[in-house]
Parts: sequence; C-alpha cells; structure tokens
Amino acid sequence: MADNKHSDNLEFDYKFGFSMPQNYHFKAKKGLDRGVVEQISALKQEPAWMLEFRLKAYEIFLKKEMPAWGPDLGGIQFDDMYYYIKPTSDRASSWEELPKEIKETYDRIGVPEAEKSFLAGVSAQYESEVVYESVNRELQKLGVIFCDMDTALKKYPELVKEYFGSLIPAQDNKFAALNSAVWSGGSFIYVPKGVKVTLPLQAYFRINAERFGQFERTLIIADEGSSVHYVEGCTAPIYTSNSLHAAVVELFVKKDATVRYTTVQNWSTNVYNLVTKRAQAEENARMEWIDCNIGSQVTMKYPSVYLRGEGASGEVLSIAFANAGQIQDAGAKMIHFAPRTKSRIVSKSISKKGGRTSYRGLVQVMPGASQSSVYVSCDALILDELSRSDTYPSMRVKENDVEVQHEATVEKLGDEKIAYLMSRGIKRVDAEGLLVNGFIEPVAKEIPLEYSIELNRLIKLEMEGSVG
Amino acid sequence: MLQLHKVGISVGEKHIIQDFSFSFEKGKTYAIMGPNGSGKSTLASSIMGLPPYTVQSGSDIKLDRQDILSLDSVQRAKQGIFLSYQSPISLNGVTVSQLLHMALLGKKDPLAIRQEIRLYANELGITDELLRRPLNEGASGGEKKKLEVLQAAVLEPSVAIFDEIDTGVDVDSLKTISEFLKKYQGDKTYIIITHYNHILHYLPPDEVLVLGNGTLKRVGDSRLAREIEEKGYEGVSII
Repeated sequence: MADNKHSDNLEFDYKFGFSMPQNYHFKAKKGLDRGVVEQISALKQEPAWMLEFRLKAYEIFLKKEMPAWGPDLGGIQFDDMYYYIKPTSDRASSWEELPKEIKETYDRIGVPEAEKSFLAGVSAQYESEVVYESVNRELQKLGVIFCDMDTALKKYPELVKEYFGSLIPAQDNKFAALNSAVWSGGSFIYVPKGVKVTLPLQAYFRINAERFGQFERTLIIADEGSSVHYVEGCTAPIYTSNSLHAAVVELFVKKDATVRYTTVQNWSTNVYNLVTKRAQAEENARMEWIDCNIGSQVTMKYPSVYLRGEGASGEVLSIAFANAGQIQDAGAKMIHFAPRTKSRIVSKSISKKGGRTSYRGLVQVMPGASQSSVYVSCDALILDELSRSDTYPSMRVKENDVEVQHEATVEKLGDEKIAYLMSRGIKRVDAEGLLVNGFIEPVAKEIPLEYSIELNRLIKLEMEGSVG
Repeated sequence: MLQLHKVGISVGEKHIIQDFSFSFEKGKTYAIMGPNGSGKSTLASSIMGLPPYTVQSGSDIKLDRQDILSLDSVQRAKQGIFLSYQSPISLNGVTVSQLLHMALLGKKDPLAIRQEIRLYANELGITDELLRRPLNEGASGGEKKKLEVLQAAVLEPSVAIFDEIDTGVDVDSLKTISEFLKKYQGDKTYIIITHYNHILHYLPPDEVLVLGNGTLKRVGDSRLAREIEEKGYEGVSII
C-alpha cells in the first residue's frame, strides 16, 4: 500500500489500517445489557454513585431514539459489538513496559517520537483503557493534573463528581447516554489558577479490535486565569465490519482562562464517529475548538461553547474532508448567555469522489446577551460532480443589540485556476493540491506545526509527483 | 527561437486564426497589434497550450526546432514558454512565492528562489504585504501585472508573451515594468501584445506584427506602430 502511487494528489494511503493480535487482559462479552454495565463498573472498582450514574444512563440509552436528522446510522449493530476491552493489566509509564504489539502500534503512528520533541504530556488509549501516560514533572510540581478518567475518579473523586456529566447529561442524546453507561478511559485535566501550560498535552486514541465500541470520557477544568492546549489524534484498522466511537468531552473554562482543544480525526473508514463535545466559558474566558475530520465512515460532531460569563469568547475552526463513501456531518454550536460575548465559526469542507460534507450549525443569542457578536463563515469545496456539500445554518437571535455576520460559499475547483497554475509548469495534481491547501489554509495555520504536517500528509499535499 | 508555420486555430466550429507563419528570434522584442477580436490573445493562449483552443492539423509550432504542439501547457512551460495573462487569475490561499516554489521544485534552489523574489519584487515596487497575500487577491490592475512580470523573471523562460501587460496599468508602473523587462531581457524573446503604442516607447520592438481578422496582415518596424497610433487600423488598411 505505502508504495502505491496515485494519479491523484488528494488521495492518501491510509497508513494506520493495520491491526495487531488481540492478547487482551479482559474482553467483555458481545452486546450490551445491564450486566455488562455492572461488570465494567465492578472491574474498575468504582464508587456506588458512578455505578448508579451508569445504570441510569443505560436506561436512558434504551429509551432514546436515534437522531431523526443527519446521516443514516443504520449500519450500527448495537448487539453485535464489544463494549469493553481491557488490553493490559496495568498502565505503563514508559513505552518499553507495554506489550510488544501495542508499543509497535504507537511507534508506527509516531506517538513516542512526538512526545520527545514537542509535548508536555501524553496519554495513549488502546481499546477501552489508557495503557500509557506520562506528564512533564515541572507541570506536576505546578499542580497540573493530567491522567486518565478512571484514575481521576479514584484520586480526585470530589472534583470528578462535581463536574462529570454536568455539562453533557446522559439525557442529551442517545450516544451521550451510551457513553455515560459504558464509558472507559479518556483524559482528565485540571490546570490550577494562573498556571499556563505552554506545550500541548496530547491524547492518542487507538481502536484495534473488530466490531468494537470506544467510549472515552474527557473532562478538562481550566481554573481562573490558566491556559492549556489539548490535542487528540485517533486511528483504527480497516475492517469490513463497523466500529463505533462515541466520546463525551466536557470542558470548563473558568474566568480569564483559555483552552484550546485540537482534534485530528483520522479513523479508518469503517468507524462511526459520533461525539458530543461541549465547553462552558465563564467571564472573559476563551474557548477554541480546532476540529479536523479526515477519516471515519460517518462523523457527527458539533463542538459547542456555552458562553456563560460576560466577555467570554468561543471559536470553532474546522476542516472536514469526505472521500468516497464518507459522510462528514460536522459543525458547531454557540450559545450566548451573557453580554459582550463573542463567537466565531470558520468551517472549511472538501468533498470528492462521492463524499458528502455537511455544515450543521446553531448560534443562539439569549435575551440579555447584549453587545455580543457572532461570526459564521462556512466554505465548501466540491472536487467533482459526484460529490456533495450541504449547509444547515441555524441562527436564533433573541437580543437586539447584537452584531451578526454570516457568510457561506460553495465552490468547485476552478478549471481556470488549474489552467493558470499549469501554465506556470505545475502539474495538474500539484495544482489541485496547491488550491486545496490554499482553501483550508485559514484553519490549517492554527494547527500546531507537527499536526499540520500530519494533516498535510493526510490530505497528501506532499508535492512530489505521481503521474504527470 | 519560436517558429510558427501555417498555424490555424479554432474554438469549436469557429476559425479564429488562419495560416499564421512567423519566426520569433532569440533576444528580440516583438509587438503584436490588431483590432479587438483579431485573434491576438487566441494566438498567445495557443502557443501556451491553454484551453479551449484547438490548433488545427497541418499547423506547426517549434521551440528551438523542437515540436511543442504535442506538449501540454505544463511541459511547454518547462520548455521555456511563459504567458503573462491579460486578466491574471486570483488564487485563494496561494501566494506567488508558493506558486513559484512549486513550479521550480527540484529545478532551482529554494533559497535562490526566495532571494530572486525579494530582489525582483523590490525592483518592481511590489510590497512585502502584497507578496504575503494570496496571489492577485485584492490587487490593483497594476499590481496584478507586476506579479505576472515577477513570475516571468523568476521562471526565466526563453519566450515570454505579455498579453496586454499595459492594460489597467498607470504610467509610472508601465515605466517600471518596461524598464525591468528591458534590464532582464538577455537572450529572451519578448512578444508584447498591445493596443497602444505607449509601451513600445519604453520597450522598442524589433518588429511589429499586425493581425487582422485572424491573419497576419502586416509586418514592419516601430514606425508601423506609430502609424497605427495616428491613423487607426482602418487608416493602415487592416480592416
């Protein structure tokens, strides 16, 4: 595969489609019932309140309907899936401690290398559990907590209990309910008052097993005046059967704090990626979601910011790329509750070879959120006649004193532009690459360099030629 | 040397250029004039190999004795043909520097490309801010033409065709562009397509070709351009 030369520069070989033998410590039975939920909780030796939380969520999951809108999710077979797999008995703090096949997986993805060069902390989740975690000592001294959610529940039960599920209750949607019932792993971050974490913290999520559901749960609390950048990446093997990734991510950005959350989603094209992400921003806080969706079969993801405090600002910058057979249904949600709040949504989507992208967004300005400003810009680039892009913007403005700007464009990769570049001696495939690169540039430049390199590789903007 | 022999060009069913033969020599400057619709831009685009024009069979275009009609525009550019667009295209998110680096990938050292861009931009009065912007986005007519000339300089073609480089350009910019072209001509062939004699004061042509209705009507020296300026095409019996 790797040496396969394509005549098409926007084609990329999925380098992470390999799978490893399953030498697992524990694998729950196939399918989901009350017993599986209880078993997960018991294995994790959780406090009673968490078991109760899970069981309630399970009941909600059973009652909730599938979303009545958006892409078809009929391919998800809830009974034919594994909900919990514990790959190792213990968590490692050095890569060498990991079983060979797991270490090799991360080596091939390049996580240990990235840790050495530019990260302040790394967490690696394999199936249901975080198998490796490490955080810079200096950060620990400053009181920064970065660990997996299960450890957080054990070591910081009060903090977890206070925030867990408070922003995204199980009732929110069917997949949030499912996650609440069977969650495992995910990241917990607490940044104390005034602490600024300069290097990013990274989590890497890997699905290896077939017909598997990964349900990590992430909670980030940035205390007053602090700042942190969290980055997540994800990949999975290519199977003919479907896997499900249904995460819940809750972020609390306190007064004057800043959180940036960057996602480079590169699931294999047999993964349903249905994620609920929400942040709450208090007075003068700033929340930035940077969301790149390249992989998966179907993605439904609409990162939200609840602008609760006066002067808070929220931003969602997103890139979606849908190739043959893929549906990227992505967007953003901004709710202005307080005066002088600002939101900005910039969405760039590319569809080709029959791929579908949709921008689905909601901006709501509540009464009293005066002098707020809203900016929404969504641009779609369609590369051929087979592909499709739709825009579903929704604005509910219940306050008069608000500045609202909304722009949307749909363009095709212009023949004129390609001809111009070719007349300069640039091959067609390279010309296309250059134009697509230019199209996503406003968002891509916000991504940390190391990731924009990964992103470029994903969209295969390496410029060495193939067929000319 | 660029040689055209019995060149005919059409778009769909429509014949635009018929039986055009001429040899453009190294290091010389040519002006191609002619009324609107006489086929000047069609000729330029076809030499570059751009759509939507079809060069009819029996036509012959050679660059340094090598046939180029079988080459696409990418290969023609690599062989040394350059066309400065009459209406340069705006490129969303792509800077002139990215374009040039891509065009010269593996051919010229990136550092040298950067230095050349700086040097030429400076001489052409192109600001750093304009260089950093996506190509031609929000640029004035004069700025767009200067960016075309900048590309011509860095790409170092052997034959450079400037399609109405003087349209939409103010007097000072026209002077800057002309002097720049003269300074860096070397043994390059320049083909200046224009409606006006003005640019030819700064960039005196060795020969003036006048097209009318798709055929080469007259060839002369710079006096022919002056005559056209004074009497119009009708006055010199082109139409």
